[in-house]
Amino acid sequence: MKKVSFPYMGTSYIPFERLLKDFGNKVIVPPRPTEETISYGTKYAPEFACYPFKIVLGTYVQVLEAGADTLVSSGGVGPCRAGLYTALQEKILQELGYEFEMITLEPPGRHFRDLLQNIKKLINTRLTLRDYISISRFAWKQLVLLDKVERLSHKTRPLEINKGDSTRAYKKCVEMIAGAEKYVDFKEIERESELLYEAVEKRDYDPLKIGIVGEIYVLMEPFSNLEIEEMLGELGVYVERSMFLSEYTISNAVMDLFHMAGERDAKKMAAPYFKEMCGGHGRESVGNSVIFAKRGFDGIIQLSPFTCIPEIVAKSILPKVCKEHGLGFLTISLDEQTGKEGLRTRLEAFVDLLMAKRKKAGTLTVKSQVAKEMA
Amino acid sequence: MNTNAGIIKIPVEMYYMIAVRGEIEVKIGIPRALAYYAYYPFLTTFFEKLGLEVVVSDETTKEIMDMGIEDTITDACVPIKLFHGHVRNLMDRVDYVLVPRLVSINREATFCPKFLGLPDMLSCSISKFKNMLEVRIDLKKSRFELFMICMRLARKFKKGFFLAYNAYLRALLSFKNYTHQFLQGGIPPLGILGQKKNNPIHLAVVGYPYMLYDPYLSLDLIKKLISMGVYVVTPEMLCERDKKKQASKLKKTLFWTFSNEVIRSAYCLFENRTVDGIIHVTAFGCGPDFIVDKLMEIDAKRYKMPYLNITLDEHTGQEGLNTRLEAFVDMLKIKKAKKEAALA
Repeated sequence: MKKVSFPYMGTSYIPFERLLKDFGNKVIVPPRPTEETISYGTKYAPEFACYPFKIVLGTYVQVLEAGADTLVSSGGVGPCRAGLYTALQEKILQELGYEFEMITLEPPGRHFRDLLQNIKKLINTRLTLRDYISISRFAWKQLVLLDKVERLSHKTRPLEINKGDSTRAYKKCVEMIAGAEKYVDFKEIERESELLYEAVEKRDYDPLKIGIVGEIYVLMEPFSNLEIEEMLGELGVYVERSMFLSEYTISNAVMDLFHMAGERDAKKMAAPYFKEMCGGHGRESVGNSVIFAKRGFDGIIQLSPFTCIPEIVAKSILPKVCKEHGLGFLTISLDEQTGKEGLRTRLEAFVDLLMAKRKKAGTLTVKSQVAKEMA
Repeated sequence: MNTNAGIIKIPVEMYYMIAVRGEIEVKIGIPRALAYYAYYPFLTTFFEKLGLEVVVSDETTKEIMDMGIEDTITDACVPIKLFHGHVRNLMDRVDYVLVPRLVSINREATFCPKFLGLPDMLSCSISKFKNMLEVRIDLKKSRFELFMICMRLARKFKKGFFLAYNAYLRALLSFKNYTHQFLQGGIPPLGILGQKKNNPIHLAVVGYPYMLYDPYLSLDLIKKLISMGVYVVTPEMLCERDKKKQASKLKKTLFWTFSNEVIRSAYCLFENRTVDGIIHVTAFGCGPDFIVDKLMEIDAKRYKMPYLNITLDEHTGQEGLNTRLEAFVDMLKIKKAKKEAALA
């Protein structure tokens, strides 16, 4: 039996583990990244590798030590470097003397046959068509629910009276979702999580709203962004991320299969400033910032790994975009050297500035669109 | 390419000058950075034969570098900063500054995202920059795309078809001549016409053209090596066909044209062993190079080829580089002497 493992990113490991298990593999669940992971990553990765590369490489070392023999990861068509991660990581790990098989799942648009072959390698049990449908339905629902409870946590956190309540509720929800056995359980879990969030004691006021844009890995994995969403939430800020895994899967796996461009709105909005596809999430960062501005947000925070090329391009464009739309703008590059306290200071200053700006503009007479959505 | 490729409209007075009197030449500025070093014979010849006055920005100096650093964000790599500097150097003294958006020159690869977003970055970073002539170059669309781009440019400047066609052919010829000079062992961008083949040490200096051939940025690395009695080989000096053969060495083709050039040349040299060592010149924070460099480093070990990586940025000091180069060359000399002694 194959012992399969994969990179760790946010809560995505829950549906992915389930999926691989149902396909008849033994799954070695990657551990949540820690200092140890990073120390492996920085030791073996080149100096200028982006932060996600280092974390993922560190995770691979850990799971290979734990006995994995097959690694599954996503590919890409560039020109962002993430599409070549597996090619280089495979070489580095082989150089270190590990023996394993690397399976790269390329986007279906250009490599459909490759993808099918690779998925076939991962299916090690006899399944009927009905099984396939129920397995994928289950995993998909799990993914959607995980995104939903995370969104709910972003909404409640700035309003909570007792600090940490929403984070606890969120953790409980994730546990429940991870523990689900059958598809029918989800209905119950969904209701229960909504109740959990409702039980959190809340204040009634209009919090500052900040949109977070940037590169997918540092956006999704709280360890890599030093739990910025939690930090901001506890400062009393409503945070919204531009990307969630379920949406990302739709635009990059399903839409790509039919050669349709995902995230059309963002691309359309970015067009006046950013005319060319440049890989990664550079153009989406710009487009989503414009969308955030139109919805009445107060500020934008851009997260990017140090030396991330598409985000560097976006970074030179975003100040102009934010200026034109009257948004506050803060850019944070993340790597293994970034410290949590330094980040907290910067965030506090940013939030204070936005607050002052809001006061200067006078009390809001018209409730912004987001405020309405939240109510 | 969409018709609004050159986003600036021609001012009325100038339009008058070009169209009616046709006497005063339009001045077109070409920044001496990035793709310039790879394709400049084509660019300059084409615009000259088209009857425009070509102004190439001054050779890189400290002032240009400082101007570039002023405008760009800190994370950008040196070549991008330099491009901003060269644009600043040009923009007040020409009618148009040519800013290419290099998307692809062949079917297999594209360019670094910074090349793809270059005009967007420039128009946001340099607020006063209004005379940009943005040209999108996407040659994978069809075989005649380059020709079409040239014709569109000619029409923009109100030049006739035959003049443009002639200019296009001349430009191609001059580019061919340029590549030929490389194959003969010269390095035309640095003004080196030939090297002595019987130099004791043959060294490959691989890297992107805009790193190697900018004497200020590379701290005159190639000339320094030549003065140490080294025969220098750069990726352009290798035959195109040999490089293509190495393509299958990589499991997945890299996404970037220049990077493919570099890594294939390296594999070529590993296999044929025509050089004694390889120096990889890269810019600090260069995105694609973290993959290229690591792949080469791993394989250099496998092929037992001496390998040195030199990372340059706007702060690199002359002396540090000299020491490293001298040490590397000395080591190779000792190694070679030992080998010859063992043979004898």
